[in-house]
Amino acid sequence: MSDSNLVSTSSDTEVATSEQFSDPGVPEHKLRLGDTDPKAAKRSERIVIALFGLSILGTIGMMAAYFGLPQDTSIAGVRIQNLTLGLGLGFALLGIGLGAIHWAKSLMSDHEVVEERHSVESSPEARAEAIQKLQDGVADAGVARRGVLKGAAISAVALFPLSFAVPLIGEIGADWNISKFRHTVWRRGVRLATDPTNRPIKASEVTIGSAYHVIPYAEDIDEEVRPGSHAWLDEKAKAIVLMVRMEPNELKEEDDRKDWSYEGIVAYSKVCTHVGCPVALYERQTHHLLCPCHQSTFDMADGAKVVFGPAKRPLPQLPITVDSEGYLVAQSDFTEPVGPSFWERLK
Amino acid sequence: MTAAPAKTQSSAPTTKAGKAADYLDQRTGIGVAVKEFARKVFPDHWSFMLGEIALYSFIVLILSGIFLTMFFVPSMGLTTYHGPVATMDGTQMSEAFASTLRLSFEVRGGLLMRQIHHWAALIFVAAMVVHMLRIFFTGAFRKPREINWVVGFLLLVLGLLAGFSGYSLPDDVLSGNGLRITDGVVKSIPIIGSYMSYMIFGGEFPGSDIIPRLFTVHVLIVPALILALVAVHLVLVVVHKHTQYPGGGRTDKNVVGFPLFPVYTAKAGGFFFVVFGVLALMGGTLSINNVWNYGPYDPSPVSAGAQPDWYMLFLEGSLRLMPGQTEYVIGGYTLSLNVLVPAAIIPGLLFVFLALYPFIESWVTKDTQPRSVLDRPRNVPTRTGLGVAFITAFVVLVLAGSNDLIATHFHMSINTITWVFRFAFFIAPVLAFWVTKRICLGLQRKDRELVLHGHEHGRIVRTEAGEYFEVHKPLNEQERWLRVNYEAHAPLALDEQPYHEDGTKNRKYRSAKLRSALSRFFYEDRIEPVTLAELEAAHHHEPHEIADGSDESRQQLS
Ligand code: HEM
Ligand code: FES
Repeated sequence: MSDSNLVSTSSDTEVATSEQFSDPGVPEHKLRLGDTDPKAAKRSERIVIALFGLSILGTIGMMAAYFGLPQDTSIAGVRIQNLTLGLGLGFALLGIGLGAIHWAKSLMSDHEVVEERHSVESSPEARAEAIQKLQDGVADAGVARRGVLKGAAISAVALFPLSFAVPLIGEIGADWNISKFRHTVWRRGVRLATDPTNRPIKASEVTIGSAYHVIPYAEDIDEEVRPGSHAWLDEKAKAIVLMVRMEPNELKEEDDRKDWSYEGIVAYSKVCTHVGCPVALYERQTHHLLCPCHQSTFDMADGAKVVFGPAKRPLPQLPITVDSEGYLVAQSDFTEPVGPSFWERLK
Repeated sequence: MTAAPAKTQSSAPTTKAGKAADYLDQRTGIGVAVKEFARKVFPDHWSFMLGEIALYSFIVLILSGIFLTMFFVPSMGLTTYHGPVATMDGTQMSEAFASTLRLSFEVRGGLLMRQIHHWAALIFVAAMVVHMLRIFFTGAFRKPREINWVVGFLLLVLGLLAGFSGYSLPDDVLSGNGLRITDGVVKSIPIIGSYMSYMIFGGEFPGSDIIPRLFTVHVLIVPALILALVAVHLVLVVVHKHTQYPGGGRTDKNVVGFPLFPVYTAKAGGFFFVVFGVLALMGGTLSINNVWNYGPYDPSPVSAGAQPDWYMLFLEGSLRLMPGQTEYVIGGYTLSLNVLVPAAIIPGLLFVFLALYPFIESWVTKDTQPRSVLDRPRNVPTRTGLGVAFITAFVVLVLAGSNDLIATHFHMSINTITWVFRFAFFIAPVLAFWVTKRICLGLQRKDRELVLHGHEHGRIVRTEAGEYFEVHKPLNEQERWLRVNYEAHAPLALDEQPYHEDGTKNRKYRSAKLRSALSRFFYEDRIEPVTLAELEAAHHHEPHEIADGSDESRQQLS
């Protein structure tokens, strides 16, 4: 391509007066070794052939691994299989890719080509014609004269999506009964059981300093929400509890909650009041409970109040006591909704 | 120019290929398209491959994804596992999790496809982000490409959605906790939050609808949208023709590069296989998301140090940094700013800034020309500074999303680290902006210096009068052109008065004032390119400078 094709900012004669540099044009083309030396070209060709050959070997290797390796479903066996299949596939693909690229780079023309850009917009004539056509169309339809018809058409089209949207919105949230957030399966007398083995816990076995992951004992809750049912997951998501025991004198308790604990045993919802992760990391010395998701830290000795992190509210406390056999039981459900805040939480 | 056999034969074709082409052309008129596209010119630069990586990993996602759909069961129905994974034997789990185990252990090549799919997802999003940065820093979003920037932005958002929905499908403990966090964030939305949560989960969390719903989102809705937008994106690239880096012979009115057929077809086609090949090697050698170690979703367990995929870390970090005090109760209603601000407002602001940036810049520049020659980032110091500040804010959030790992790794208290990041989120971007802008201005000054005085030669010469000076070698034409051929925009003057002549308020005044203030922020500090007159004046002052770097003149002086 000659420079005359290029639109440079100024021509040479203008330079002196316009104080502008002139575009030197596309840099000179440099020849590659292969352009002048047939031997180099031949070498490049052999490399390309070798790369395509590598690809064929890769495919063969993959086939060999697929048919040749015994079906071994242990973790180690699956790893070996995965490795060999992956290497085979990888080389099959890389061979083709690198081969094609090397071919293009070393053997195809590397002369740069210049192409004019045309402005994207349509020409004024085309625009005028387009507008005219639209106007003709509008005139043909006679919308301007038929106001009521226009209104009717627009209303009909605007209304019909309702027949799609209403059933969808009606059904998509199941019963839309959001008051379910407020209740869990804990009730008066439901025993505290270990998670996940579901064994009721006696107060006497809980040593000082220990922490228990707790769920409601299966026998004490309705059959349709017991472990094994699907509803159980929904209920478990709200009902999980973390129970710890400390020296009763280490507990700071509000007056109206003094009887919510039992001899230094306290139970709190394990659902973080931030955005709902299970709060699971208990540090025995500090009585701090840490949420691994965003590190909200709750002080189990002081009403599970937040001592650090993005949560605002303390974890809700489950009032507990013991039954006649010495099993730890709930006195009631939580007295406030568990988990993350929502708009109508306090309503 | 040589033509593909498919075209312009007016006489009856004789070869087989010619006959086939004739058959096709008579029925489709394909000849016109081939004529138009076969030798279309594409400029060459490594940074133009970033978009290609994104496109190719998307294709790999579709291919590996189709494989996965053959075996994956998108159901939350419960089943008791009996299979090769001994640690899971007898465990109750969802069909989705069980089928993921089957895919990994019993379908030969299934684990490979799962791992390729997951790695491809990470690379897909990463390539889009880096591609976007290239567009940003080189100003490739300027007229006429603003709309394509918005299309690209939407692709990034859809990519995040695709990744998130896919990550949740196996229904393991990690992804289930991710969904639970999502639920908590959704519930924090004022007024409609609880209903949105019900809408997403079909009732209470976790319910039994979310996996099938996410499956449809993941394999149908999002890929279809991505595919459609990718088509728009590429058509616009063809319509606009590719941008090119500045240099001799490259103007806003031409495009210099290699023809599509055969050079670009071979390079780009080959590159697809390279991307796929690398992803296959990754899938074969680097294990990812070993869900059998986490177990099926159960609301109770959680592990410390668990990380979401990298593109979600910034949200995680943002949630971690926000202090909890900002939850308020107003008139009995709970407003959780401690969740809303970090999960919706801050990411929202960052994303809106990204989406609108081309329009902001063109507003304060009043540039109406189509621009197809890219900027060197140093020549637009404020934009470059803003970009680096943006990256810095993002990186602070990503690091904050790993603050527990940082804490255990460096034996620091997590509270300290969190406080450091809280401050860093506000301070570091400002610092980054300032430093970057200074560096850009410095580089521009250096360019001026080079143009005016040439390369330092490292040789000291003594004149007859006994003076010493260093010999400089002037730039050659190409080097010089690269450094002088740019426009240093000046701030816009405030051309509106607060009041009209008749004393009424001028409504346009406030926006004009903002515009000129922003424009000053962008272009107040600027370094003009060297003009020819300046260069001549410089030569005049340095009579001893050698005229060019040829051996002859060098010999004279040494
Ligand atoms: C658009 C970009 C896409 C992204 C970013 C993406 C991302 C992901 C991710 C991160 C996973 C989790 C994989 C794991 O570790 O188990 C996943 C799973 C899955 N994806 Fe995609 N994907 C995309 C497109 C597709 C397409 C087009 C299909 C199908 C046509 C598909 C089908 C699947 C299936 C069936 C699974 C579940 C399989 C399993 O978890 O083992 N994906 N996806
Ligand atoms: S969910 Fe517990 S800190 Fe965020």
